[in-house]
Amino acid sequence: MPVQVRIPAPLRKLTNDQEIVSTTGANVGDVLNALNAAHPGLIERICDEQGNIRRFVNIFVNDEDIRFQQEKATPVKDGDEVSIVPAIAGG
Amino acid sequence: MSEHQTFFSNLKCRECGSLYPKEAIHICEFDFGPLEAAYDYDLISKHINRKVIESRPQTMWRYRELLPIDGNPTVGEQVGFTPLVRADRLAAHLGVDELYIKNDTVNYPTLSFKDRVVSVALSRAKELGFKIVACASTGNLANSVAANAAAAGLTSYVLIPANLEKSKIVGSLVYGTQVIGIEGAYDQVNRLCSEIAGKYGWGFVNVNLRPYYAEGSKSMGFEIAEQLGWKLPKHTVIPMASGSLLTKIHKAYKEFMRVGILDEQSFSVHGAQASGCSPISEAHKKHSDIVKPVSSPNTIVKSLAIGTPADGYYAIRSMTETGGSAEDCSDEEVIRGIRDLAEYAGIFSETAGGVTVACARKLIETGKIPRNESIVLCITGHGLKTQEAIQGHCGEPRIINPSLREFEALIANDAAVLESGHKS
Repeated sequence: MPVQVRIPAPLRKLTNDQEIVSTTGANVGDVLNALNAAHPGLIERICDEQGNIRRFVNIFVNDEDIRFQQEKATPVKDGDEVSIVPAIAGG
Repeated sequence: MSEHQTFFSNLKCRECGSLYPKEAIHICEFDFGPLEAAYDYDLISKHINRKVIESRPQTMWRYRELLPIDGNPTVGEQVGFTPLVRADRLAAHLGVDELYIKNDTVNYPTLSFKDRVVSVALSRAKELGFKIVACASTGNLANSVAANAAAAGLTSYVLIPANLEKSKIVGSLVYGTQVIGIEGAYDQVNRLCSEIAGKYGWGFVNVNLRPYYAEGSKSMGFEIAEQLGWKLPKHTVIPMASGSLLTKIHKAYKEFMRVGILDEQSFSVHGAQASGCSPISEAHKKHSDIVKPVSSPNTIVKSLAIGTPADGYYAIRSMTETGGSAEDCSDEEVIRGIRDLAEYAGIFSETAGGVTVACARKLIETGKIPRNESIVLCITGHGLKTQEAIQGHCGEPRIINPSLREFEALIANDAAVLESGHKS
């Protein structure tokens, strides 16, 4: 049963220009690994050498920022939407 | 001015240094680091000096070699060069020797520092061929995009939190822009815009045009240095929302030294936030560079209520590098700050200015800003835009009939009248 992941423009070269990719996983970390298996190279863009989500990347599960939840251990279930969104400046 | 092209050379990732062409892109493909304009400083130092700058019109574009557009500005040519005001009465009130207000409450045309960033972003948007421009905004940016786009004949969409101050909403609508109110906090507006920008081919000033937009803030720093007689203040106190303005004033000071306009000199940049949304100040106070986002900002200072500040990390670095400090203040202190600035300097600021004054007071009282060193307070938006915040906190008019007798009875005990001795 799939989880939908929204891919931001700068990463779409790695997903053959797909904006939404279906994958599976029990938590955000799993989802990122599964995504990387299908689209190699994707995870190193999102996570640093220590495996932490990069400073300038925001990840949301159904509109909730995972930094307010359990980071990469944030659970996901079938039908959830995961969004990867770059940080942007204020105004 | 074709030679101008060579001054601004590339976009460059602030994290890994990868170079990118000067297009409508804002993040590095490799690590999501923000892209920033890169310049050929050696070439610039051969082209500008104090005399050249002084001979130009008094606008922010007198520093155009250090701003990221290719040709001449086509939007907002009149923006900037706002007054730097020596505020001796406020200085005495705060107990310091030398205090200045950089007064962007009178910036042209929309009474906030955002006209600086929009002037650059929309000039660049035209160079890149955009017909529709847009922004995510807490109000001031929306006003400025709406006004400058209208003047330039560009279609604009501004996306704002639906609960903004009325004046800021009307101050966008009047220009015929498409105002879209989002039921949510600014950070949610921001996120939506990031997704829209990826989908539509619009020029979002603070998304895909951000590398150009952000550089416009440097002009505030250039002006401070010039207006102070070609030197830097020892201390500059700057309000922080995303943290971008603080990093860009820091960059401006360094660039003036880099191109030989200023001698090497030491300075500190200090950041000010409202306690109801102070992720950058909290992190800096804990000597950490990890900015913990604020999920539900709670402050009257809506223009600074950004819970996930994109430039927070760099703002902390700027403060640390220059020996500056961060402070935050309560809503009551904000109101007192607005009133102090009005009563002692004659300047009516929006809530963000109240934050700057209140935090400066704390930095002075705690000794982080020594009382005998020069200080500039950056006041970034006009008070008429956030009247709701101050209403009821500065008294009400006293009402009488058109009668001299009633007037005399009314003022009979007013201290100023008693002192002046003008009683019949």
